[in-house]
Amino acid sequence: MISLENISASIHQLLSANLSQTAVILIEMSIIALLAITLFALLGLILVFMERKVSAWIQIRLGPNRVGPKGIFQTTADTIKLALKEGFVPDGADKFLYKLAPFVVMIIAMMLLAPIAFAKNFAMWDLNIGVFFITAISSVSVIGILMAGWASNNQYSLLGAMRSGAQIISYEISAGMAILTIIVLTGSLQISEIVNSQSNGWWLFKGHIPAVIAFVIYIIAVTAETNRAPFDMAEAESELTGGFHTEYSGMRFALFFLAEYINIFIVCAVGATLFLGGWMPFHIGAWEGFNHIMDFIPSSVWFLGKTFFLIFVIMWFRWTFPRLRIDQLLNLEWKYLLPISLFNLLFMTLIAIKGWHF
Amino acid sequence: MFEQVSANNNGELVINVGPQHPATHGVLHLLITLHGETVTKLEPNLGYIHRSIEKMCESLSYRQFIYTTSRMDYLSSHINNHACALGVEKAMQIEIPERAEYIRVLMSELTRLASHQLWWGAMAMDLGALSPFFYAFREREVINDIMEETCGARLTMNYFVPGGVMYDIHPNFVKRVKDFIVLFKSKIAEYDELVTGNVIFQNRMKNIGIISKEDAISYGCTGPTARGSGVSCDVRKNYPYSIYKNVQFDEVLEYGCDAFSRYQVRIKEMYQSVRIIEQLIDQIPEGEFQAKTKAVIKLPKGEFYTRVETARGELGVYIVSEGGTTPYRIKFRSPGFSNLSALEHMVKGHKIGDLVAIMGVLDLVIPDIDR
Amino acid sequence: MENEELIAQVQTRFPEASIVLGNDFPEVSIDSKQLLPVLQTLKTEPSLAFNFLFCETCVDWKTHFTMVYHLESTTHRHNLVIKANLDRVQPEIETACHLYRAAELHEREIFDLFGIIFTNHPHLRRILLTDDWVGYPLRKDYDDPINMIKL
Repeated sequence: MISLENISASIHQLLSANLSQTAVILIEMSIIALLAITLFALLGLILVFMERKVSAWIQIRLGPNRVGPKGIFQTTADTIKLALKEGFVPDGADKFLYKLAPFVVMIIAMMLLAPIAFAKNFAMWDLNIGVFFITAISSVSVIGILMAGWASNNQYSLLGAMRSGAQIISYEISAGMAILTIIVLTGSLQISEIVNSQSNGWWLFKGHIPAVIAFVIYIIAVTAETNRAPFDMAEAESELTGGFHTEYSGMRFALFFLAEYINIFIVCAVGATLFLGGWMPFHIGAWEGFNHIMDFIPSSVWFLGKTFFLIFVIMWFRWTFPRLRIDQLLNLEWKYLLPISLFNLLFMTLIAIKGWHF
Repeated sequence: MFEQVSANNNGELVINVGPQHPATHGVLHLLITLHGETVTKLEPNLGYIHRSIEKMCESLSYRQFIYTTSRMDYLSSHINNHACALGVEKAMQIEIPERAEYIRVLMSELTRLASHQLWWGAMAMDLGALSPFFYAFREREVINDIMEETCGARLTMNYFVPGGVMYDIHPNFVKRVKDFIVLFKSKIAEYDELVTGNVIFQNRMKNIGIISKEDAISYGCTGPTARGSGVSCDVRKNYPYSIYKNVQFDEVLEYGCDAFSRYQVRIKEMYQSVRIIEQLIDQIPEGEFQAKTKAVIKLPKGEFYTRVETARGELGVYIVSEGGTTPYRIKFRSPGFSNLSALEHMVKGHKIGDLVAIMGVLDLVIPDIDR
Repeated sequence: MENEELIAQVQTRFPEASIVLGNDFPEVSIDSKQLLPVLQTLKTEPSLAFNFLFCETCVDWKTHFTMVYHLESTTHRHNLVIKANLDRVQPEIETACHLYRAAELHEREIFDLFGIIFTNHPHLRRILLTDDWVGYPLRKDYDDPINMIKL
């Protein structure tokens, strides 16, 4: 059966048979870099298109339907348009920081792709602190947003950036706690091990109520962390016109836009990995026949299916709920989510120690 | 270079909201002072769409000046036209045919429904929920189609003339309105389900933009804005015009004084409008749709004040006539202008997010304010 | 309260004012200097209780200006019109915005379009027109050869 694992292994064999080890590493690294950039662009296009179609479906309209069959090339056309636009720098902006900010946000989003297991034994860098790496690096993206808001020399941008700072830092805690709840069960921070520990069932089902609570908190927290409605305080187009990216145009704006969608993909991928078993097929206890059929579906399809389901849920939020006010947003985190997730973590630890989970 | 991010001595930030801002729904310009996220001062800066309609009217005949009013509060253009037509008829003491009265009230109430639907969608959009806008427009489109069939226009109707209406209703009108009412009754419940019951929405709307009954009167608020504070000010009830005294409907009053009460007033008003339409749609009498009037209308010398209830509040038309074919002076007392004056009172001490919510509930139409 | 009764009551309170029953509302003509005390009495007197200023405007009669105040009582549901004539050269009248908050914007608009000075108004500035606009458009002698279309 053709799988991503076999393809990567055969490429590795082919290269090491003919070249020295250093050259193999160099070539493999450049292939990966190329793939990462392609994936970045491709994901952006697909997710933007998906968002448009999902929003159109929710809002009883058709969505893009002119460029290409069913409008699938609409996002490509938009990207070309954005690339051709003038990259405008407002008078009085801090030019260096202003130009740097989108790249900071984008590079961080790209770095986050590294430890994610896209299929069985198929990850760029399966490091032993994978989950920790993701939580650590994703907090840095707030710097890019603050940089953009500050450097724009625009009050709306500044307000948006400040809101975003307060929000991302707060919700990072809840997201971290929710992740920890699963880490307590797996006992490892390595993504491959977390996935392997779910071979007999996903943690969402195995971990009793605390896992479900952690899952809900995780989804809420990451929606806030990626600045998506109903927590899109940083942009809040009806209040702050565009928040931190008010002044950005052309490709610089596109990078922010892309990074937002990549971030959604990453948090959903992490959510799928931790709670829904990553690339692990859906197995039910001792039903051999059923489990066997499930194994036939390639692991990459399982992973992408779960991730895109979570992405759909987050998009569904966006097109349904009104936005929270900034103080309500912080209240929700500090007065409700944080205490709940702390107790939840304690409870889960008890379950893990007593071995009550399946 | 960062000094340009202007902050004055108290750590306050002055921000221009508008004239191009997604939440002002037009060219309203608000100069707000912020302390952190809290609005400490708000000053409206008007006139971006001032066309001096009052001056224009002074050189237009009594048949022509009605059309300028469609351009004021373009969402209740029928009702604006109604006010002017009533004013001229009252001054000339013309009796208009029953049929015309029925058509006028039906059209006015349909307009009110359409206007409230647009408000509902736009307000939800201000709060960050984009989808309700499309749901509201789905039904509004049906009203617009009905209007288009009869009036030939979808926004600036110009259908009411002194003496009646310009032409008879389209043969499909009655049937289509009936179909619409059946459709709309189910959809209005959907509106409630989608937005009113939402926890985030209620938290956003409750206890913001509080204006007491006394303040609402003092600021000259009318329409749903005042009725949300328990001020009885429905012109249709208090000073019935046309055939409103013959129809059964309730004046919607809420006593919460906050933005949510105003929201509820508007939602409940939609039910009342549906009720009025249901009572009248089967009873449109046969007969003329326009009274015979002279080609050139001359008003007797004197002053005439007419008031009607638009979707936003009380519209007053103050005509000063010198006996000629053109008005000597016309003053339009627009509801939006007075409601806007209460905005600072409502917003002070609230966050920017609340400013947007309060403005959304005020349902400001900028051409109505600027005239 | 019926109009006749209202007229009688107002007349007893302000003997110097001339009251006529207009087309819609009773119209009280007062001296412009008397405006504030009259409004004060009309607002505070419980049997009158005119608490709602629903329209305030001005008419240019070429020889003089007339300020027109439309008052309503939300408790008794009766209406009254107050009129005060102003000198055309030096049009000045006391502001009503401390009694009726609605007057604040209305008076700014009247100042903008008629050039009437409201004394003690908190911030009397142009509201609809730009700050550097010359003239007062709603005055009858205003002429703008570019923007005005004469039929």
